[in-house]
Amino acid sequence: MSKIDSLFNSLKKRGKTALIPFITGGDPDLQTTRSLILEMEKRGADLIEIGVPFSDPLADGPTIQKASLRALMNRTSLRDIINLSRDLTGEIKTPLVLMTYFNPLFCYGLENFVNDAVAAGIAGIIVPDLTPEEAGPLKKLADSRGLDIIFFLAPTSTMERIRIISKISKGFIYYVSLTGTTGAREKLSSTISSSIKEIKKVTKKPVAVGFGISTPGQAKEVAAFAGGVIVGSAIVEIIEKNLDNKEMVGLVGEFVSSLKAAMEGE
Amino acid sequence: MLPDKNGHFGPFGGKYVPETLVSALEELEKEYRAAKKDSSFAGELKFYLEKYVGRPTPLYFAERLTKEFQGAKIYLKREDLTHTGAHKINNTMGQVLLAKRMGKTRIIAETGAGQHGVATATSAALFNLSCEVYMGEEDIRRQSLNVFRMKLMGAKVIPVSSGSKTLKDAVNETLRDWVTNVKDTHYIIGSVVGPHPYPMIVRDFQTVIGKETKRQIKQLTGRLPDYLVACVGGGSNSLGMFYPFYGDRSIKFIGVEAGGLGINSNKHAASLIAGKMGVLHGSMSYLLEDGDGQICPTHSFAPGLDYPSVGPEHSYYKETKRAEYVSVTDEEAIEAFQLLSRVEGIIPALESAHAIAYVKKLAPTLKKDTVVIINLSGRGDKDVQSVAERLGVEL
Repeated sequence: MSKIDSLFNSLKKRGKTALIPFITGGDPDLQTTRSLILEMEKRGADLIEIGVPFSDPLADGPTIQKASLRALMNRTSLRDIINLSRDLTGEIKTPLVLMTYFNPLFCYGLENFVNDAVAAGIAGIIVPDLTPEEAGPLKKLADSRGLDIIFFLAPTSTMERIRIISKISKGFIYYVSLTGTTGAREKLSSTISSSIKEIKKVTKKPVAVGFGISTPGQAKEVAAFAGGVIVGSAIVEIIEKNLDNKEMVGLVGEFVSSLKAAMEGE
Repeated sequence: MLPDKNGHFGPFGGKYVPETLVSALEELEKEYRAAKKDSSFAGELKFYLEKYVGRPTPLYFAERLTKEFQGAKIYLKREDLTHTGAHKINNTMGQVLLAKRMGKTRIIAETGAGQHGVATATSAALFNLSCEVYMGEEDIRRQSLNVFRMKLMGAKVIPVSSGSKTLKDAVNETLRDWVTNVKDTHYIIGSVVGPHPYPMIVRDFQTVIGKETKRQIKQLTGRLPDYLVACVGGGSNSLGMFYPFYGDRSIKFIGVEAGGLGINSNKHAASLIAGKMGVLHGSMSYLLEDGDGQICPTHSFAPGLDYPSVGPEHSYYKETKRAEYVSVTDEEAIEAFQLLSRVEGIIPALESAHAIAYVKKLAPTLKKDTVVIINLSGRGDKDVQSVAERLGVEL
């Protein structure tokens, strides 16, 4: 059983939903990323998603595009983020999942990447531009080393794809709540809960919902029916607005706390 | 038959996209395969290509250019004579008809030089579809004439200020729009790039160039040519010319990439010559990246070639040695731009001038009865201002 599987099992037993915050690695620098990871764990993150900056993040809206750019300004690389994860081994218990576009990973070398990621204690990877159809070689390596590849489902996924993707996704399934890019939205789509029901008919795997969830209220709403709640742009916005503020890490921590509290019904 | 059913050309191509887009790509492929078998679709496309676009375009023996180069016989395929002045419209007419079949009411497109944007705006106007074109801020500045042409035809031009503010970023932004509005919107990609089925569809619509050329050169010379030469940015005009001759193994295909300030300067857009395998904009191909897999900024004086990757089928042709890829510099292209204007009275697009510039080097090494066909993919009106500026002429 993978680290992510154990996490969701234990949450399920307690009737809880996973809180999964996202930040971009190296935004604005790796030292801050390190502090943010420790802070978010302390404040109730169950799993943490670290974005690997890419020059052409086509699934991302303006907020995460800018974060990517800030991280690239100091040349943050996939290697740096793997190294950071390795440094944190022993210091944190929260599983880390990398979100990376396919090209930086392909450039690193699939086999080297899987070996290094596993050695650094990374629990899983999310690759927004990798369809199951193209994932074969990476999946074979990842499966053999116990690295979970988390695949996406979207509102546009056909029933046939829901079946295929539910089957191959490991750890959890990432449900994209809307047709669009990442970024905070005022209102959540009204079809999320019915889509999750459809997915649950074909799989027992946990389904985490991401894209557009930005307030404690929205997190609570989604937590009622999903296995996990992913919040990215709203956190990255706090970072962006407090780049020169010494309190930035604490502010992110407070926000993560407020998400957690809402999800736990406090 | 290439690509295979998953859209692969050997190790290249494929479908590297967010899940949200997969169903739209599947729908597009299904509709395209159905349209291909539907004689009324072919009939309608043929009608518009003849009566509206002005096809077939001539294959012209460039006698004075031949004398100038003192070698092989040079023929020009005159895509510059199509309506809107470049080959791009062959693809946009086909894709707009596909969009209509799919019941899509909104068209989006990216553009670099503005030629594809103009062609898309034209086709959309003809069929009364709403049209939005993403264009990098830097390109809007360089190609203001084309921006105004698009607006005249009712398209909205959306400036892209992210990244390098050029074609690559315009593609990102168009993909983001498509992910958001996929239900009623069709994305008309302008070259043989992007996720499957685009490289196949765009190629097929552009093969009208090569099919006509094959018929015309036989009529003119009684035989097939020895060389086909075309510029390669994303690679649609070259592939449209090459593909119908694919099985004629004795014919040499030469793709001319943008050498910019020289390959060693790192300021170029020659992804096949200087790039590595990787994934950008939905397909595996050669691309220009740094050691961390970040996409590099590119440079070419010809905005239509200023792109860090290339169509996956070209990568396959390179890998299998079916085609040879070379580069010429900005300077050589600008010289060829002036040369063709002077000796033939044809002002070529800067992109097409790259092909002329290479043939200037190639032709003198060949026998006099060798037949070389250059695809003159577009006319140079759009470039007159920037060339004048470059030459220090005030207009």
